[in-house]
Amino acid sequence: MTDAILETRGLVKSFGALRASDGITLDLRPGEIHAVIGPNGAGKSTMIKQLSGNIAPDEGTVHFLGRDVTGLSTMARARAGLARTFQVSALAMEDTVLQNAVLGALGATSSPYRFFRPALKKAELRDRAMAALERMGLAGHAATVVSELSHGQRRQLEVAVALTLQPRAFLMDEPMAGLGGEGSQQLTGILDRLRAEAPILLIEHDMDAVFALADRISVLVYGRIIATGTVDEIRRSPEVRDAYLGDAE
Amino acid sequence: MSRERLLGAVVLLALGLVPLAAHLMGEPFTITLATRAAILALAAVGLNIALGLGGLVSLGHATFFGIGGYAMGILASHVQNYEPMFEWPFLFEGSTSMPFIWLVAVLASALVALLIGLLALRTSGVYFIMITLAFGQMFYFFSISWSAYGGEDGLSIYVRNGFPGLNTLDPIQFFGLSYAVLCIVLLGAHLLARSPFGLALGAARQSPDRVQAVGLDPKRLRLVGFVISGAITGLAGALFADLNRFVSPTMFSWQTSGEIMVFIILGGVGRLFGPVVGAAVFVMLEHWLGDMSEFWHIWLGLLLLAVVLFARGGLVGLIAGREKAHD
Repeated sequence: MTDAILETRGLVKSFGALRASDGITLDLRPGEIHAVIGPNGAGKSTMIKQLSGNIAPDEGTVHFLGRDVTGLSTMARARAGLARTFQVSALAMEDTVLQNAVLGALGATSSPYRFFRPALKKAELRDRAMAALERMGLAGHAATVVSELSHGQRRQLEVAVALTLQPRAFLMDEPMAGLGGEGSQQLTGILDRLRAEAPILLIEHDMDAVFALADRISVLVYGRIIATGTVDEIRRSPEVRDAYLGDAE
Repeated sequence: MSRERLLGAVVLLALGLVPLAAHLMGEPFTITLATRAAILALAAVGLNIALGLGGLVSLGHATFFGIGGYAMGILASHVQNYEPMFEWPFLFEGSTSMPFIWLVAVLASALVALLIGLLALRTSGVYFIMITLAFGQMFYFFSISWSAYGGEDGLSIYVRNGFPGLNTLDPIQFFGLSYAVLCIVLLGAHLLARSPFGLALGAARQSPDRVQAVGLDPKRLRLVGFVISGAITGLAGALFADLNRFVSPTMFSWQTSGEIMVFIILGGVGRLFGPVVGAAVFVMLEHWLGDMSEFWHIWLGLLLLAVVLFARGGLVGLIAGREKAHD
């Protein structure tokens, strides 16, 4: 367990009487995609927000790269190499695709407190941003304003911005949300190759994508992880069928 | 050249040439009007960094405008009255040198913007508007009760402060100086909007979550933007006081804050030349309509309403179209 990149122990978070996280312990190991699935309201978003630092847990710890980051801000965790994508695209809609990617590169590599030279003319920022856009197939849209992108392209840009951080781990909150079959397949291919670079903690509703991608799956129900295992183990688990997979049928 | 840049060049050229023509025809009052427009535009260029780029609706920028004004008034009045400002640890008699006054105005406004920003930026939306407004009113009432510097009556400075190599009492020379400051600050604002800082501050306006997720602190970005914004408006305040050779609590009033914001909304929020167009139109309306009726604000109000309803990008947006993303 010591080689885990990202690890939580006994995360508890309550909102009033609701225990949205009820002792969550899981880990993310090098080279893997670890998917977290669960019905709506299971506490997936609350969990990922505690991992990214947007909300503080009531109990428990988060370790990243062997270091306790429970008390660190979102910004500090991002700088340490934890990249997050959002369930609902969080992008600068009035800016271009390239500007959004350069923002990521800026956060990762240098100080934003530079006031005179154009950001887009800084070679180190631009190169890093363009490399990420190329990998996501967005290089041709570099000059397009984000509000003019299709939904699918915005989802790709979400991942591209995370890539500019050259992170040590990804937290992806439903990256497939709202994508059609083709877009979903395309992104599945990209994430598949990405795991070699940095492991991915994937929250996803698209079961085809989850079963195609995940090395391990954890099932979250009512704030608890009821099972963790390989795709086959999870598929065969009667508990999981009762609690979750059965719902779909 | 994009239409917006062309429009900016035309407006800036016109603002420079009209006083020159007026000078040749011997109409100093027109020069004064143009100087007023240039200085008010400068104040709005300052606010536009907070409002347009940072999305910070500050209804308290009169604070900085007034601080700039009083920096000039206080420094110059001590020289005028032969009363040293302080004698310890060294003798300081005040100053009538514009560059020095500007420096004091900028530093004092920046410091106050830092303190106000530290408090106000903990909030957002309506609360931010109210806190900035409240600070403006605090300074307003403080200046009214500060009898050492004129209280309600304000301070008259009989001789315009000096600038090396210029006769600042000559209207066209003082205009040229104000115009040059405006052009330099516009260039700075243009560079700022494209710089890493401008990119990050603009993103913090549009999506603070995104900015945090790439490891940047939106609050700190906003604070720095607010300080730069306040410092520029403070510089405009010092020039405005020198234009009128008079400072009074009116510079601190919330109407002043409102007017600076009106320039921007009229011209175009977040557009580089929006403040210039807005301030120029405002000064022209004030002059011509003000001649016809003392209720000229009704017409200004109708124009503002029309702009807000039908031209969301302000007059600049109406003429130059949607803003092109920076390349």
